[in-house]
Amino acid sequence: MPAIIQSENLSRRYGRQTAVDSLSLEIFDREIFGFLGPNGAGKTTTILMLLGLTEPTAGCAHVLGFDPAHEPLQIKRQVGYLPENVGFYDDLTGRENLRYMARLNRLPDDKAQPRIESALGIVGLNGEGDKLVGAYSRGMRQRLGIAELLIKDPKLLILDEPTLGLDPDGTNRMLDLIVSLSRERGITVMLSSHQLEQVQRICTRVGIMIKGKLVALGTVEELAKRKPGDETKPNLEEIYMRYFKET
Amino acid sequence: MWTICRKELADHFSSTRFLILFCLILMVALVSTYLAAASVREALEGTSKPSQVFLLLFTTPFSEKFFSVAQFIAFFGPLLGIIMGFDAINRERQHRTLAKLVSQPIFRDAVINGKFLAGAFTISIALLSLLLLLSGIGLMAVGVVPGQEEIGRLVLYLIISIAYVSFWMGLAILFSILFRSLATSALASVALWIVFSFFIGFASDLVAGAFAPVKNPRDPEEIVANHRLAGAISLASPAVLYSQATSTILDPYRRTRNSLVLTGPMERMSLERFQNPLPLDQSILVVWPYLTFLAALTLICFGLSYTIFMRQEIRSV
Repeated sequence: MPAIIQSENLSRRYGRQTAVDSLSLEIFDREIFGFLGPNGAGKTTTILMLLGLTEPTAGCAHVLGFDPAHEPLQIKRQVGYLPENVGFYDDLTGRENLRYMARLNRLPDDKAQPRIESALGIVGLNGEGDKLVGAYSRGMRQRLGIAELLIKDPKLLILDEPTLGLDPDGTNRMLDLIVSLSRERGITVMLSSHQLEQVQRICTRVGIMIKGKLVALGTVEELAKRKPGDETKPNLEEIYMRYFKET
Repeated sequence: MWTICRKELADHFSSTRFLILFCLILMVALVSTYLAAASVREALEGTSKPSQVFLLLFTTPFSEKFFSVAQFIAFFGPLLGIIMGFDAINRERQHRTLAKLVSQPIFRDAVINGKFLAGAFTISIALLSLLLLLSGIGLMAVGVVPGQEEIGRLVLYLIISIAYVSFWMGLAILFSILFRSLATSALASVALWIVFSFFIGFASDLVAGAFAPVKNPRDPEEIVANHRLAGAISLASPAVLYSQATSTILDPYRRTRNSLVLTGPMERMSLERFQNPLPLDQSILVVWPYLTFLAALTLICFGLSYTIFMRQEIRSV
C-alpha cells in the first residue's frame, strides 16, 4: 500500500518549547486515521506542517509525494483541510461561499457549478444553499465546511475536530458522512478528535500524541494488546487514559 | 490574487460604511464647490484676462471659516482609507476564515496583495468619480473650460490623492495584521490620523518655540529659524506633506514650498510685477521631494505589512 502521508522525525519548536517532537508517521491510502491527544499536544501544529502552513524546525514530510516545505501548492490543490471551528463569510450564502472557494482553486465557473451542486447534495444542504451562512446552525456549518473541501475533489481530507460542539444527531450525520466519503469515493481521511468513542467507531487506525510525542500507533485492538487491561472488549477510552497517566 | 481582489471589491462597494462615508464626502464637496464657484464668478467680474480659473474651484474656501474642497479631501481622504483597511486581516482571523483561505492552493501573499489592490482600486474609483462630478458642476457654474494644463494639474492631483489615501489604507492594513481586535486596529489608525492631521501643527510650534525661540519679534533671522524648524517637524506628518504638495500642484502661483519667504521691498515689487503662473513641470519640480517621500511612505507601509504577514504563524486561535 502506498503511503499518502509520510513523516520522518518531524519537529517543531517555538523558542524553548517543543510543540512536535520527532514525529514519524505513515498514513496509507483509504485509511481513516484518528489523531488523538489532549489539548496542546501538537496535533494542529502537525497538521499545519503537513500542509506547508508552518515550517518544521527539523525532519521532513511527504504528502501525496510532495514536500510541504517546498511544494505547498501541489499539496493544497489535492488536500482538503477543515480547520477547527471553521469560519465562513457570514454575509454570503452557502453557494456563494462555495463559489469563492472554487475560484480560489482556479475552477472556471461553468465547471464549478455542477461540483457545487453535487457537494451540497452529498452533505445534505441542497435546500439551504441560498441562505446566508450567518443563519446556519453549527451542524450545517460543519457540513458546509466539508462541502467546501469536496469542491476541489480531494484525495486526502484532514479534519481538525470535525464533531466538536455538535449535538448527537449532528455528530452521527458527520461521522456517517466521513465514512461514506472514505468508502464510496476512496478518500483518505485524517481526523483529530477528543471524542474517543466516535474515533473508535469509524477509524481504521489511531495514533495518540501526548506532549508533542507520538506515544502509540496502531489499530484499537493492537493498542489494547500492547497495554493489557482487565477488560475483554478493547476500549479506546481506557487505552488512552492509560497512556495519558503514564506520561 | 485576482479572485481575492474581486471578492474584496464586491465587499467594499456593497459595504454600508463605505457608502455612508462616500456620500458624506460627496455631499460636502458638492456644496463647497458650488459655493466656491459662486465666489469665483463674483471675483471674475471685472477681470479682463483670467487665467487658470478652473483650479480656483478646488482651492477657494467658500467662507473664511470653512475649508476648500482640496483641504476637505486632505482631511477626510485618510478616513476613507482607514475604513477600507482596518479590518482587512483581523476580520478574517476573527471569523476564522484565514486558516481556510491560506489552505487553498494560493500563495500567502496573494491574500494581502489582493486586499491592497482591491482597496487601491476602490479608492481610485471613488476619488475619480468625485473629481469628475465636481469638475462637471464647476463647468456649469462658472462656464470656464479648463485648459490642457489645468487638466494636467487635476490628473496629477488625483494621482497624488490616490497615493495618499492608499498610504492610510496601507497603515490600517498594517494595524489589522498587528492587532487581533477590530476595535484596537481601528482606534490605532484613527488616533494616528488625528495626531498627524490636527496635532502636528501644535506640536511643531511647541518644539520650534523650545529650540529656536523668537526672542525679538523684529529679528527676521530668528523668525525664519523658528519657522524653518516648525516646518521641518510638521513635514514628519504625511498629512502635511500631502496638503503642501497638492496646494502647490493646484495653485500655479505658488513657487516655493516655504510658507514664509523674506523679501526686501524692491524684491517684492519685482515679484509682484512678474506674478505669472508657473508651468506645470516647474510646479512638479517644486514639490518633487514631497512626492517621492509620500510614495516611499506608502511603499514602506505596504512592505512592512507584507513581511509581517508572511512571517506570522497561522494558528487558528
